[in-house]
Amino acid sequence: MTSLFSEISPEPAADVPVRRITVTVNGQRRSADVEPRLLLAHLLRQAFRLTGTHTGCDTTNCGACTVLYDGQPVKSCTMLAVQADGHEVTTVEGLAGASELHPVQEGFRDEHGLQCGFCTPGMMLAAKALLDRNPDPTEDEVRWALSGNLCRCTGYQNIVKSVLWAADKMRGPDTGGGGDRHDEEQP
Amino acid sequence: MYPSRFQYEAPTTVEAAIDLLHRGGGEAKVLAGGQSLIPMMKLRFASPELLVDINHIPGLDYHRVDPDGSIHIGALCRHVDLEQSTTLADAQPVLAAVAPLVADPIVRTRGTLVGSLCHADPQGDWASAMVALDGQVVAQGPQGRRSIPVADFVAGPFQNVLAHDEVAVEAVVPAPAGTPAGGYLKLERRIGDFATAGVAVALDLVNGSVSRAGVGLTGVGSSTIAATDAAQALVGAALSPDAINRAADLAAEAAQPRSDHRGSASYKRQVVRTFVVRILTNVLESDERAA
Repeated sequence: MTSLFSEISPEPAADVPVRRITVTVNGQRRSADVEPRLLLAHLLRQAFRLTGTHTGCDTTNCGACTVLYDGQPVKSCTMLAVQADGHEVTTVEGLAGASELHPVQEGFRDEHGLQCGFCTPGMMLAAKALLDRNPDPTEDEVRWALSGNLCRCTGYQNIVKSVLWAADKMRGPDTGGGGDRHDEEQP
Repeated sequence: MYPSRFQYEAPTTVEAAIDLLHRGGGEAKVLAGGQSLIPMMKLRFASPELLVDINHIPGLDYHRVDPDGSIHIGALCRHVDLEQSTTLADAQPVLAAVAPLVADPIVRTRGTLVGSLCHADPQGDWASAMVALDGQVVAQGPQGRRSIPVADFVAGPFQNVLAHDEVAVEAVVPAPAGTPAGGYLKLERRIGDFATAGVAVALDLVNGSVSRAGVGLTGVGSSTIAATDAAQALVGAALSPDAINRAADLAAEAAQPRSDHRGSASYKRQVVRTFVVRILTNVLESDERAA
């Protein structure tokens, strides 16, 4: 077996048992043999090749590695891969449907919510978690929910607009939403 | 950044966790939310040989208010559960004020109050609130359970008094002797940063008079600080601007801040003073509005 720590050690230590874990990632059951010290972010990136999950600060600050763990946003650089055994993980690769983007992704496109794009996956997953819980957030609530995600381009204004756009779209035209609510609110 | 190698066990009962810790002989650590422990392991400030993950133990994720008014928070109750709890907000305004200020919203989905107390970071928000509230930690070990006041539980910077084979299973806030009031304020340069300074003030009010008071300070010393003189200055009378100023001065005196990149010692002392005034003035004004 190749070690997932191949950069620093070609083989896992013989006295540290490797565990077989099974994780439902983006709806698909996937298994891997992991050392206990492997982080969830590295399982996703290196074992499953889902490199949309970015590792930025690596110290639980920036939120670029945010994924959904049983529907809740977590910083995947601050969880062990073994902790995901038997759980569901959604990464940015799991946001879009077969043929269409998730409304949050559409919002980021239409409202220019991304600049360099590094923080974008984490931002979008934190936004999805917010909208799943609160379909009609205020701007303050959006800013609050995204406050654990840092954008090094400091492009927050359009990120917030993107999430509000997605909220409108997800509520649909029947609920008074439909994309133009924020224009109407202008004095 | 990878942690050092360690053995990993995920017991499904508290007894099994205690047994593993006992056999670990002081080289084992309990993993609950992991939002402080895992970063410390990645930075190699902590390198336990054995990690005992208690997340698979059922029945520890509760928080409840007992009929006698005491609040019980299980070892796996996450910050976010406390943040979103209306029961907690009704029962204890100080805890409700702390919950949304701990780290950032994503860290709050994993981190736990009990874990924060065990971690005993001088910058920890929960410890100063629990000190102000006369809270306790319930520890379970091979010999059974014992309750430890949080003021004694936090022994120093990143030090608690748990024996190596004890698990902190619950935090308890005693029933208020009157109407609970107070709050928590924290100055941070940005969300998720460590506090420049934080203040928790907890009061029990009977007929407008303060029957019990507690003041806890965050991040202005090598450990959580109980500003007992400041608290004592409030007890036995109704809140007044004079009493508020006296308590604020005493709290600022009790602080032992050090100058660093977040601010000078005198600045932090002034922040403590200001926060005590703000929290207590808010209590006074809401009391007057209610009357």
